[in-house]
Amino acid sequence: MELIFEKSVTGRRGVRAPQSDVPVKAEIPRQYRRAKDSKLPEVSELDAVRHFTTLSQRNFSVDTNFYPLGSCTMKYNPKFTESLARLPGFMDLHPLLPQLPHGEKLTQGALEVLYEMDQILCEITGMDAFTMQPLAGAHGELTGVMMMAAYHKSKGNKKKYIIIPDSAHGTNPASAAIAGYETISIPSNDQGGMDVDKLKEKLNDEVAGLMITCPSTLGIFNSEISEISEMVHAVDGIMYCDGANLNAVLGRCRPGDLGFDVMHINTHKTFTTTHGGGGPGAGPVGVTEKLLKFLPISRVMKRKSGAFYLDYNFADSIGYVASFYGNFALLLRAYAYILMLGKEGLIETSNHAVLNANYVMQRLKKYFLLRYDRICMHEAVFSAAWQAEKGVHATDIAKFLIDQGMHPPTVYFPLTVKESIMIEPTETESKQILDQFVDVMVQAAALAERHPETFKDLPKTTPITRPDEVKAARDLDTNYFLQRSIVAAGELNPLPSKI
Amino acid sequence: MEIVDHYLYTKEHEWVNFEDNIVTVGITDYAQSALGDITFIELPDADTEVEQFEEFVSVESVKAASDIYAPMSGRVVEVNHHLEAHPELLNKSCYTKGWIAKIEISEPEEKSNLMTAEEYGSFLETLEEKES
Amino acid sequence: MNPYIANTQNDVAEMLKTIGVKNIDGLFVDIRKDQRPRSFDLPAGKSEMEVVQHITRLAAKNAHDLTLFIGGGYYDHYIPAAVNALISRGEFYTAYTPYQPECAQGTLQALYEYQSSICTLTEMDVANASLYDGGTALYEAALMAIRVTGRHKILMDGGVSPIYRKILRSYTINLNIEFVETPVAHGQSDRAEINKLIDDKTAAVILQNPNFFGAIDDHSDIIATAHKFGALAIESVYPISLGILKTPGEMGADIVTGEGQSLGLPLNFGGPYLGFMATRKEFIRKMPGRIVGQTTDLNGRRCFVNTLQAREQHIRREKATSNICTNVSLCALQALIYMTLLGKEGLKELAQLNLDKAEFAKKNLEKIKGVHVKRSAPTFNEFTVYLPKDANAVVEAMVKKGFAAGFPLGRYYKGMENYLTIAVTEKRTQEEIVQFTKSLEEVLWN
Repeated sequence: MELIFEKSVTGRRGVRAPQSDVPVKAEIPRQYRRAKDSKLPEVSELDAVRHFTTLSQRNFSVDTNFYPLGSCTMKYNPKFTESLARLPGFMDLHPLLPQLPHGEKLTQGALEVLYEMDQILCEITGMDAFTMQPLAGAHGELTGVMMMAAYHKSKGNKKKYIIIPDSAHGTNPASAAIAGYETISIPSNDQGGMDVDKLKEKLNDEVAGLMITCPSTLGIFNSEISEISEMVHAVDGIMYCDGANLNAVLGRCRPGDLGFDVMHINTHKTFTTTHGGGGPGAGPVGVTEKLLKFLPISRVMKRKSGAFYLDYNFADSIGYVASFYGNFALLLRAYAYILMLGKEGLIETSNHAVLNANYVMQRLKKYFLLRYDRICMHEAVFSAAWQAEKGVHATDIAKFLIDQGMHPPTVYFPLTVKESIMIEPTETESKQILDQFVDVMVQAAALAERHPETFKDLPKTTPITRPDEVKAARDLDTNYFLQRSIVAAGELNPLPSKI
Repeated sequence: MEIVDHYLYTKEHEWVNFEDNIVTVGITDYAQSALGDITFIELPDADTEVEQFEEFVSVESVKAASDIYAPMSGRVVEVNHHLEAHPELLNKSCYTKGWIAKIEISEPEEKSNLMTAEEYGSFLETLEEKES
Repeated sequence: MNPYIANTQNDVAEMLKTIGVKNIDGLFVDIRKDQRPRSFDLPAGKSEMEVVQHITRLAAKNAHDLTLFIGGGYYDHYIPAAVNALISRGEFYTAYTPYQPECAQGTLQALYEYQSSICTLTEMDVANASLYDGGTALYEAALMAIRVTGRHKILMDGGVSPIYRKILRSYTINLNIEFVETPVAHGQSDRAEINKLIDDKTAAVILQNPNFFGAIDDHSDIIATAHKFGALAIESVYPISLGILKTPGEMGADIVTGEGQSLGLPLNFGGPYLGFMATRKEFIRKMPGRIVGQTTDLNGRRCFVNTLQAREQHIRREKATSNICTNVSLCALQALIYMTLLGKEGLKELAQLNLDKAEFAKKNLEKIKGVHVKRSAPTFNEFTVYLPKDANAVVEAMVKKGFAAGFPLGRYYKGMENYLTIAVTEKRTQEEIVQFTKSLEEVLWN
């Protein structure tokens, strides 16, 4: 398909600029002006609408396809939360207004949303306070680890390491490293849980904390988590909960009750804010009393009068982690969703997420290797190991599913399961859809057995088939106006000073 | 997997060819096959001092990033700049045109930490057993 | 049952039977009794209508109808209707990260076009597929400069947004990084001070154009100095101003970041916004964030994929260039559609219109007794004025007249309690500007 730049025709306009209504024509001295115009495209409004509508049709999405992408929780996004986010009272609200003198009066409604979210999330998770500022899950992790560091500093603890299970999201070790810690990886045991003996070996006074996903990235709730918390606390370590999978246990358990000191929530997972083709996200972080004073500023507080205000006066705070108060429009969507579901609705959500995953697990386990054959939480981790023996890999099965109009599950994550296929149906899908999916997967298994060669050319129904990713990386082209973005590193000096 | 008889090897799948006090270093057939199509290599500057089994080169394929370790301590005297524009040589010709660097060695006795071709062959077999 | 769950009681019964457990509780046996919630005291569910009514009431408590003369890096620009119509397509906003390129070409091509648009706007070689926002993008740029140079000292111009500077400081407190801030001289970057402080340990000089006071600068000379010492130059920019202003590429900048809110994103009380980042081609592998590349499929057809993923956390884990997983894809799309609708002429005209209106406002405000418009440096659509009274009190009084009059600098700059920055976008009409001037005069002198 053509790029928008290739559709450009000199003289076309997508929007008419308003006529100036002021009797002034200002000029900027030449030294400060750009020499050449940009090469932004020139198209009519219809050209643009058709281009982007056509592009949208080249995507699979929850609104159009079953999307059981494990670990990503691609549940339905209710439409009313979208329209609420576009209320002018929120959409047109300038973020600096509450920083004006007595400016809190200008944003009482927005501050109430943030305050209420804090209260609700505390009750859902058993934490004592939340910050809404982190702009995504990984940003939340970093914020959490920074508070961990502040805690140890305040106590004069000399800590160097953060322990992370090998099945963790890659963001965990990356966040720990960026906050200045070294990481220690702990392998999983044969039940998919953390190897507690290995943990014992590694625990010592230099351990700052443990980062663990609960329920785990293998879709398993590890009952030993309470005991693990005690072990980590015994060396004055902080228990960090990656809350990516909170959607499995709403009303069933709370990280705060399990001994966690700090956690983040991915609102796009548990509270169905939009995934947007890869963001924006929101990653509120909750802490217990132990870490409360280190929360980022500002914090939203409530006066006796019932009015809300921003408080910047916390001497021990880790400071600013975001420009403002978080990704407000997403937090608002999550707030609306929680209010609508209420207590029973939230519990139902987890019930059906777990029911759907277990149903798919039972129905498929004859056809695909199930690494851990036990009741799962909201996602089921299979392996294409049996099919791989015939030369059909997880990625080939993924491409087969695409041709059947279904988005593939997550493949090759977690890294601890070879040829992994991680299925998360979510609670918003019905048994009928799951049955269709199971049928397609069974077909794939049968085909892999009899005609493994047929997978190579898949997918056939999409606008493109498999891309040449090696070429993409070797002959980098990331900017239309500079066709080949880079040559090998040696052809250019890395620093102007070395010339 | 191809193994060259007169080279020595490391557990991290580097090969070493000794010519007096200069060694030529590259990655083995096993390594290039495990990495898949290599798309990028970051080479050290000439004159860099390296220690045995310390990271000194990094390579990337589409879905993996990997470090290459110096098999012997010493000073890098030459690097194969040709690989920067043609990283595919690491796949196509890992034992000859895909050589990575030459090191002037400073601790000759470290040679005893390396494996012979035969030992490396047995080492690969134990790895394969673990896999299955 | 809530409307987002489709399984009926019959379905549930059949599914439980297949699984082989008696009831739903049987699925949660791994959670021990002593691990159950100590409390789960939440309100009962409501209907969609009730929630909409409640939240609409909250929206009405916000003073969103003030006429905005406040900027500070976040601007009240007009957003053409087509932007919202297109990003509201479910195929865009209910998709996820393009892990399967064959069924995500829409998102991938759009991100390639977005990267290209950012490149032509800033005149840089390569851009990433977006970061969270302008503030965090600047922090990522600082870390990138440290990776590129292997040095740990950062010079930061005092004209860089004080909010950004606070973010940089809180993120780097546990890392071995030395921050040195340089003052502002006559509105612009202080060359003498920068020359004095820069040395061969400096990883980067961070600059902003226009700066927080609204002043425009040409940083070419500072950037050349930085290069002389082997340091990088990081430039934070306001994208709309690039319709006419000298680009960071022309000045020789190494890393460019900015807040993309002005490119078709609503103010949204602080987010979601759009952090953009562009750099020179030789640094692409040190750049954080997702990058989309063009390639061909096995049949030779043009297509797009996530590329250079070996830099990222899901592969390199603790050695990744950044911990970032997500970008802000939908916001990048929004900016792309906005830039496309404007086109190269539209952007230029829009920038000129902002400039003209701000100049008109300056001329009006200068007529008020005791008000001095800072004219030591040229400005774009935001400028600094000196008021004969405390700016806080003035702003508070102006709210009563229906205006968010600007941002009082005293909040972040000691000794500038009487200074206010005022922003004037294309949305401000002549009538509003005249009324604003009249109101300010009343507040000051009546």
